[in-house]
Amino acid sequence: MGVMPWYLEALRAVVGTIVIFSGVAVVAAMFGVLLERKISGWMQSRIGPTHVGPRGLLQTVADTIKLLQKEYIVPQNADAAIFASAVVIVPLAALLDYVVLPFGATRWGPLIFRDLNIGVLYFAATSSLIVVGILMAGWGSNNKYALLGGLRSAAQMVSYEIPIGLVLITISLLAGSLSTVTIVNMQTHLWFVVSQPISFLIFLTAATAEVNRAPFDLVEAESELVAGYFSEYTGMRFALFQLGEYGEMFAMAALAVTLFLGGWHGPALPSVVWFLIKLYALVFVFMWVRWTYPRFRIDQLLGFSWKVLIPVALLNLVVTAYFVTGAHR
Amino acid sequence: MSGEAIAFYVLAAIILASGIVVVSSPNLVHSAVALVPALLGVTGVYILLNAEFLAGIQVLIYAGGITVLILFVIMLTEGGTGLRVRQRNEQAPIAAAVAAAVAALFVALAGRTPWAQGAGTLPSYTPGAIGQSFLGPNLLLFESTSVVLLVTLVGAIMIARKEDDA
Repeated sequence: MGVMPWYLEALRAVVGTIVIFSGVAVVAAMFGVLLERKISGWMQSRIGPTHVGPRGLLQTVADTIKLLQKEYIVPQNADAAIFASAVVIVPLAALLDYVVLPFGATRWGPLIFRDLNIGVLYFAATSSLIVVGILMAGWGSNNKYALLGGLRSAAQMVSYEIPIGLVLITISLLAGSLSTVTIVNMQTHLWFVVSQPISFLIFLTAATAEVNRAPFDLVEAESELVAGYFSEYTGMRFALFQLGEYGEMFAMAALAVTLFLGGWHGPALPSVVWFLIKLYALVFVFMWVRWTYPRFRIDQLLGFSWKVLIPVALLNLVVTAYFVTGAHR
Repeated sequence: MSGEAIAFYVLAAIILASGIVVVSSPNLVHSAVALVPALLGVTGVYILLNAEFLAGIQVLIYAGGITVLILFVIMLTEGGTGLRVRQRNEQAPIAAAVAAAVAALFVALAGRTPWAQGAGTLPSYTPGAIGQSFLGPNLLLFESTSVVLLVTLVGAIMIARKEDDA
């Protein structure tokens, strides 16, 4: 690591934050919402948004401008401090994930904000902070639906963090490193999805639950809980929660690409293009699943994590560890 | 002042300020939420000390795990939320005196201790060494901690199960 004066480091951090924030806001949240609406329309034999811009491309931009103009409403008897600070935590935790995601490779090295030697652990740590924000939003709103959504989310995200953690350990064991760049470089010849198909399935399932999407979207089950923990939020605050949700979904998809699909590696096309192709393919899978399967019940959901995913992930870890130690002998 | 020193004082201020909120807020949820910046401040100190692995674990376990658990319990406990809990009683002066005495003791001890200047260079990558020490010299400690946690887990399940039978 090159030694820079601290104020240059601080400046770099500020610039990086702005770049990540605007990048995620445009690429993940705005385009993601549009994609979601288009794909859901397509799967339900509708057209989806068409009026704003060519083929409805600018619909989310229009929606965002509309949300910016709206009034902030704080419910009576809500805890104003908690209510307002929850809005910051959810998108912030989602955006922090992007620090360790490698988007491609240039001739000067991988395109990554910072290749931490604990990259995978860092990702798990920052994404675990989202639950705090969701719980705060649910409780601070002083609304029973929001509170129920927040509590469900805590139970769900804490349960599904464990299989994700076990998968992260398995892959790090295989790659011999916690750094995301090293993990990608280990997959030059063979993607880990080939050698670890079970891990890949566990990761996709748990990631769907971790980002609160159908069939695991009990946190914001529209038919039971209005909109769950963010029922009471309006205007830009609502938009920030959406940013957090879609930002986290894209981050999970990007991590899956990094861990299992060889990251930026691919023939002919530039590395960033390969990364985006794989990323959007996985995002499409998330959306496809959401509009295909009905919602689980909360006890089924928690039971599935504790009784199926965790034992299988543990077994997978032990078997992988056996082969890895065998190979080292 | 070096950047490191500025970072340390900023982090110390964050830890102390949120620590005061944790112990003095009359609202339990506010106290629990104020734990988050305090724990993240400690994470920052770990990073200043080049202990990245420990910092990651600190966020994962404490800020993301334990705090959520505390919030979860407070919100599920009837009457635990929204109440203004009194944080002081008539023993406050005695407690303050004891706290001041302990603080004086700590300051005196810290001033008298000959702090060792770090010998050798810092390892650049700690997870491997931490794992080796868990399964090597500190195996007994590591295993007994796991057994304690396992017993706690079994105990919690037993308590939760009891309500079903009755």
